[in-house]
Parts: sequence; C-alpha cells; structure tokens
Amino acid sequence: MSRATSLVSTDWVLENLTNKSVVFVEVDEDTTLYEKGHIEGAITFHWREDLQDGLIRDLISKEKFEALLSKSGITNDSTVVLYGGNNNWFATYAFWYFKIYGHQDVRLIDGGRKLWELKGLPLVTEVPTRTAARYVAKERDNSIRAFRDQVISSIGIKNIVDVRSPAEFSGELAAPAHLPQEGGQIKGHIPSAKNIPWSKAANEDGTFRSNEELAELYKAAGVDFAKETIAYCRIGERSAFSWFVLHELLDLQNVTNYDGSWTEYGSLVGVPVAVGA
Amino acid sequence: MRTCGATSGGPDLAGVDLANQSVIQGAVLRGGVSDGVPNGLPVDNAYVRLLDSNGEFTAEVPTNLEGQFRFFAAPGSWTVVVLAFGAREEIKVQAEKGTPVDLVIQI
Repeated sequence: MSRATSLVSTDWVLENLTNKSVVFVEVDEDTTLYEKGHIEGAITFHWREDLQDGLIRDLISKEKFEALLSKSGITNDSTVVLYGGNNNWFATYAFWYFKIYGHQDVRLIDGGRKLWELKGLPLVTEVPTRTAARYVAKERDNSIRAFRDQVISSIGIKNIVDVRSPAEFSGELAAPAHLPQEGGQIKGHIPSAKNIPWSKAANEDGTFRSNEELAELYKAAGVDFAKETIAYCRIGERSAFSWFVLHELLDLQNVTNYDGSWTEYGSLVGVPVAVGA
Repeated sequence: MRTCGATSGGPDLAGVDLANQSVIQGAVLRGGVSDGVPNGLPVDNAYVRLLDSNGEFTAEVPTNLEGQFRFFAAPGSWTVVVLAFGAREEIKVQAEKGTPVDLVIQI
C-alpha cells in the first residue's frame, strides 16, 4: 500500500493495454461516459446496479461480488486497474470495495478519465468480450470500513474527516452544488470533524498532489496521524477518494471509510450534530 | 459551422428560476472566431471548474455534447477555468441573481 503499488500513470496504461493479466475497469458517476468512449479493452461497473445491494442499503454480498468479477473475466491473480470520471470519485470507491473483499492487486489510474482526455489519449466505443473466470473473494475486511456506532463513539476521540464541500459541512447545502439536494434529514456535520474537502488532495488535472503536500494538508487541518481516522462525505464515494489518499498514498494504518456517511448520520435520531464552519 | 440565431453560449434557460439563481454558464468551442456569436465546433470533452473569490475549488462539470456547461453559483466574484486537450482558459466573472453569466469560450 503505497503510491508505487496503488497508482499507475497514463504512460503505464499505454504500455499495458495488451497485457493479459491487467483488467481495466471504468467506474463513473455519470454512467453514460463509458458508452461515449473508454480506454481500449476496459469494461465498466455501474456504481449502483453492480455495486449496491439494491434491497438493503449495503455493499453487495461476497457471493454477488464473486459473480460480478467471475462474469467479467477477473481472476484472483488479475491486476485490476480502475479509473473514472469526476476525478476518480467512484473509481476510488470501487478500489475500496476491491480491498474490502481482499483483492490483492488493484490500482488506480492517476488523474483518471479527466487526465486521459486532457492528454488527448484514445478512447474507443467497442465493448470487449471477456471469457468468464472463477473468482473467489475473501470475507469482508471491515478494518477499512466504519459503521455508525463506531463513528458516534469516536467523536472528540479519533480524527473524523468530513471531505464534503465547505457549504455542505456548514449546513448550507445537503449535497454537492451540481446534484439534486438530497441527503440526510437534517444538514450539518459530525461534531469534532475537520472539513478537508476531497478536492484539496487533487491537482487541477485530476492527479493526486505529492505525498509531502498531502501530509501537510491533513496536518495543517488538525489531523493527528498517530490516531485512527474516519473519513465520510454524503454517500461514501468522495470519502473513498480521501480514504485512498490517507490509507494508500500516505500509507497510514487505521483509516476507515464511513460509507453510511451523512445520508445515514444526518438521519439518525438523537445523535449530536454541529453546524457552521 | 455557425450556430444560427443563438446569441448565448450556455444551455437553454427555460425552466430556470433566474430570479433566485445566480447562473454561470456557457459553451466551449474550438476553431471558431471570437465575435460574440457562438461558432466553431463544440468541445464535448472539456472540463469546466468553478473557483470562488479566493481561488478555492467549488465545482467541476464536464461539457455536454454541445460543449455547454452550467453552474448554480451565488452572487459574487468567480473564476471559470476551462480545461481541454491542448487548452486552458481562465475567465473571471461576476455572478448575480436575475441575469445569467453566459460565456462563449473559444479555445
């Protein structure tokens, strides 16, 4: 778990387009992007249809995850390389998901779809056909996932990082400004949380900032790296991005993503809430 | 190719509550002439970022098939940054309720 093992460059992608052990997977918030064009040979996972249980609010089961990967021709030995639009939000969520189910070699394209397009690199519309494989997932690794009771008991004790925009943190908005305003029943943030928007970890072209800049960003905002850290946002995708920064790039242990995030916390009865900057 | 009749760059404003919204929108075009009338080819794979008056990132949207984008901002000073293959444009705008900022950006 480090920048060297978790992140690949666009040059690396170009060199590995025909590498049979590599499977490229695009995961977007705007799921029409894949049809518009994708990296040659890449398949796509739909963040809702493929990665949400649908009946209960949870990750898909181990069996469903195995079925999804098997059907996609991914084996336990595959190098899975994820990328997506919107600064890799949903691709980092998928990355976290692969780690939850114990996949060994999963990586992210630094800069994601945006950098690929800004560099004018080729996209194709042809959807690849992949031969089904047999994938066996591990039991869920909940050491990288936070649940509501852990969050509540961590207030004022662990680092809690709210990666939403300042307007969502303060309670002015319930969702990012470009999305419908749906979220928790109330607005605000978890008391003692530090607001470090996900966007501060990214450069303009979608690549991550250097490890030195990233460490300084979190330290300056009051995150104590000696303590455990919980990241959250609205529905767990942007916080997967910041979880990736802390856990994978900065190689910090004890970093969890609270995927229930504000849509869960902001709907709980009787829990403390803070508003304002 | 020149777009006939259109005098603004951004998406159609029908249905937008302009009295209460501070809209910043526009179109990103390539290979046209900067004469205030949209012309040129729409850039459908550009990224448009909105920075607040302190230069802090606020939002980012990709352009649509017509090269258009829209933000719902707040009254005040903003910077629109357009990123596209081989191009980067930065435009300072003043948003207000009632009158949308409508940009035609040639790259």
